[in-house]
Amino acid sequence: MSARDFEPCIRLLFPLLAILLAGFACAQPMGRDEARLLLTRSSFAASEGEVDQFSALSREQAVDRLLSWVKPEASVPPPPWTATYDRPQRETLMSLEAREAYRKEQLRRALELRAWWFAEMLTTPSPLTEKLTLFWHGHFVSAQQKVRITHLMYRQNQVLRHHALGNFRAMLHAIARDPAMLIYLDTAGSRSEAPNENFAREVMELFTLGEGHYAERDIKEAARALTGWGVNRDNGEVVFRPRQHDAGVKTLFGRVGRYDMDAVLDLLLEKPEAAEFIAAKLWKEFVSPTPDPVEIRRLASVFRNADYEIQPLLRALLTSGAFYAQANRGTLVKSPVDLLVGTLREFRFQVNEPAPFVAALRQLGQDLFNPPNVKGWPGGDAWIHSASLLGRKLLLERLFRFEQSGSMAAAMQGGDMAAIEPGRSDARKSARAQGGMNGAIEFDSDGWLAGFRASPDGARQLSAALLPLPPVQALAAQPTLAGIRQLVLDPAYQLK
Amino acid sequence: MHRRKFLQWFGAAGMTLPAAPGCFAAASKAAAPADYRRLLILVELKGGNDGLNTIVPYADLAYYAHRPRLAIPREQVLQLDDRFGLHPSLAALLPLWKDGRLALIQGVGYPTPNLSHFRSIEIWDTASKSDEYLQDGWLTRSFAAAATPRAFAADGVIVGSNELGPLAGNGTRAIALNNTEQFLRQARLAAPHGLAGNRALAHILKVEADIRQAASGLDARFDFRTEFPKNDFGNAVKTACQVIANPAGVAVVRVTLGGFDTHQNQLPVQARLLQDLADGIVAFRSALTELSRWDDTLLLTYAEFGRRVRENMSGGTDHGTASVHLATGGRVAGGFHGEQPSLAQLDGEGNVQHAIDFRSVYATALERWWGIPSDGPLGGRFTPVEFVKT
Repeated sequence: MSARDFEPCIRLLFPLLAILLAGFACAQPMGRDEARLLLTRSSFAASEGEVDQFSALSREQAVDRLLSWVKPEASVPPPPWTATYDRPQRETLMSLEAREAYRKEQLRRALELRAWWFAEMLTTPSPLTEKLTLFWHGHFVSAQQKVRITHLMYRQNQVLRHHALGNFRAMLHAIARDPAMLIYLDTAGSRSEAPNENFAREVMELFTLGEGHYAERDIKEAARALTGWGVNRDNGEVVFRPRQHDAGVKTLFGRVGRYDMDAVLDLLLEKPEAAEFIAAKLWKEFVSPTPDPVEIRRLASVFRNADYEIQPLLRALLTSGAFYAQANRGTLVKSPVDLLVGTLREFRFQVNEPAPFVAALRQLGQDLFNPPNVKGWPGGDAWIHSASLLGRKLLLERLFRFEQSGSMAAAMQGGDMAAIEPGRSDARKSARAQGGMNGAIEFDSDGWLAGFRASPDGARQLSAALLPLPPVQALAAQPTLAGIRQLVLDPAYQLK
Repeated sequence: MHRRKFLQWFGAAGMTLPAAPGCFAAASKAAAPADYRRLLILVELKGGNDGLNTIVPYADLAYYAHRPRLAIPREQVLQLDDRFGLHPSLAALLPLWKDGRLALIQGVGYPTPNLSHFRSIEIWDTASKSDEYLQDGWLTRSFAAAATPRAFAADGVIVGSNELGPLAGNGTRAIALNNTEQFLRQARLAAPHGLAGNRALAHILKVEADIRQAASGLDARFDFRTEFPKNDFGNAVKTACQVIANPAGVAVVRVTLGGFDTHQNQLPVQARLLQDLADGIVAFRSALTELSRWDDTLLLTYAEFGRRVRENMSGGTDHGTASVHLATGGRVAGGFHGEQPSLAQLDGEGNVQHAIDFRSVYATALERWWGIPSDGPLGGRFTPVEFVKT
C-alpha cells in the first residue's frame, strides 16, 4: 500500500489524538490540593480520608460524585409540630398569661426549627445540598421576623432544598407562590385596584436580573400581573382570587399580553441577564469576590443551554480553571455557617445539643431563617468586623480549649456569648435555657491527630489541611491540640 | 460613579451640594478641621419609645380622647410650659431643663415611614430614604469623609450590643463591647501581624489591628465618685464613661435602653424605663463633669419610631411614626425644637406626620457639633436643627 492510501487515516488521526490528549488532561487525577479545595468550599469540610478518595478522581469525576449524593429532602426528622399547620391565634383576644404562653411556644418552635436545620447541616451525607439550600435561602429571601408562622418557614425550606440542585425555572415558579414568600414580599392580598409592587421589584432586582435591567414601568406592569394571590392563614393554603386579579393587557419589556404570574416569571428568564446574574452570584459564593466577565458569559451560556438546570452550571463552575486557580485561593470569607459547621464537621465533633450553636450563628450575624433584609446576607468582608471577629475567635478558642471529651455547656452560654439584646429578654432567656441542657460536645483530638503525628511532615500537613493559605502566624504549628488551636486562631482560618 | 466614592469625593472636597443660600457659610465651616475632641453619645431607645407620653401635650383634649386609659393625668405631668410637660418619671431631668441644657426635639421622623422595627431602625442607622437600602451606617460614611484622629482608640464604641448600627459597614474602627474588662480579655485573641495578603486577608488583619489599637487605648480605669444606677442601663452608662475616660479618645459612644416596644401594659413599663433613662442621663452628666468633658458632650436619643396615637386594647400602643427626642450636654441650647405634630391630622394608620426629618438632627451633630460636612454622608441637604449653641 502507498502513503496515499493512509492519508484519510492520517487526516483522522490528528483530531483523534487531540481529543485523546484533551480527554487525558481532563481525566488527570485532581490531586490532594485540589480535592481539599473542592471539598472545603462545596461541603463545609474535607476529612483526610475524603481528600484521599477524591484526589484519585478527575475534576469532572469528583464533581459528578458530589452531585450524585444530592438529596431533595432532609435526613434529620423535622420537629413534630411541622406535621400539621396550626392556625395562628389572635394575641389581642388572649389574657396576659395566655399571650405569654403562646409567645413562648412560638419562640420555642422558631428555635427548634433552627436547631433542626443546623443538625441537618452537621450530619447530612450531602453537605452540598445544604450549602445550596442555604445559598438559595439567602437569595430568595423570606424572614421569620415578618412571616411569623414558623410552619410556613419550614415549608419554604423544603421547597428550597427540593429545587436547590434542580431547575432554577421550577424553583422560581415554586417560590413566587410559596406562602412564606407571598407574605414576606406582600404579594398576598395584592389586588388589581392597588397592586403591591414589592415582589415585582425584588424579583427583578434581586432574584433574576439585577439592577439596571428593567424599568420602573416594567415593575408596575409586573405588579398588575401578580395580583389576586393570597394566603389563607387559617390553613396555610395559597389561594388565587380571579376577581382580585388584573387580567388586563400588560406591556412588559416591550412585549404585550395578558400576563399572569407564570408568564411574568418566564419573561424574566428569557432575558440573557438572568443567567448571568445567577452565574455571578454562584461565582461569588464559590470562586472569588470578583467574577470574571468572560467566564460569567460562558457559564451563563451553559446555564441557558441547559434550560436553567442548576447542576450543569455548578458542574461547569466547580471544574473551571478559575475555581482551582491559585490566585483565587483563600479569597472567600467563611460565613458563620461555613466557620461553625465546617469546624464541627472537619474535626468530627460530637454535638449533643445544637441550640447553643444556633445562638452563636445569630451572634455572628447569620440567623437561620432570618436574613437581615430582602437582599439576604451581604457576605464577604461584611462578615468580619471587630465584634464578629472577636466572636468567631472566641468560639473557636472554646471549641478547642478542652482535651478529648470537653464540656462546652457553660462556655457556650456564659456571659461572653450570651445574646446581648436589651428589650429581647424573651429570646435571651429562652436561648440560655436551651443551651443549658446537655450542651456537651466531644472532640477526639488524639484520634483526629493520629495521621499527622505519624507522618514526618505532620506540621506542614496539618497546616495545609486547615488553612487555604500559608498561616499568617510565622511559628510552625505542631500536630497537637495546641497546634490546632494556633491554626484555627490564625487569620487565614477565617478564609476558604 | 460608585455611590460611596461619590459621597467621599464631596466630603473630601469640603463642599455642600449646590443651591442653598447658606451654603457658603456651611462650606467655610466644613473647610475647618473636624473637632473630634467633642464627644457624641447616642442613647438608643430600642423598641420605639412612646413620645406622646414622654413629652405630654397635657393641654390638648385630643390626647385624652385618644388615650382614655393610657394618657398621663394632667396633675401628674411636670409642666414645662402651658402646652407640654414631662412624664413624672423624668423628674430627674428638671434641673437640666432649668439650666437650659435640655433640648426637646419634637416630631422627629421621616417621609413614608416604615412600621417594621428591623426596617425602620435600618433606615435610621443608615440614614437612607424609606425605599432605599444602604449598607453603611451614617457615622461610617461621616468618618470616611472626615476621619477621626489616627491616635483614637476607635472611631466609636457600641456598648451592650453586637449591632453596630450607625457604625456598621467597613472602613470604620468600631468596637462593640459589654464592658471594658471583658473586651480587654478578649482582645488578646487579636494578635499582632503585618498587613499583607489578598484583599480578604488584608481586611481581617486590619480589623485585628483596630481591635488591638482599641484595647491598648481603652485600658484606663477611672475611679468615679458618681454613683451609677444599679441596673443594666446603669452598667452600660458606667462602661461608656470608662471608655470615655481614656485619654486616647473616641468620637462616639452608643448605649442602648431596650424594652420600649410597649404593645401592652405600657404605663408601668414605660414609667420604669423613663426612670432608668433619666437616672442614666444624670449619671452621665455627673461622670462627664468629673472628667471635665460635659461641655464637650452632646447626648442624643433616637429610636426606630414612636407609637400610635390611639391606645390599643391591651393597655399599650402599636408601632407609630414621628416622636420626640432629647438632646443634652454642656453646649446644648435647651428648650423646644421642632413641633409637636397635630393629633387631629393623622395618616391612614392613625399616625402623626413628622415635623423634622431625623437626618436634620444628624446634620446638627455633624455640622454644628463636629464641624464636618453632612450633605455627603446624609445623601442630601438636611438643615441642622439649632439645638447646639455656637
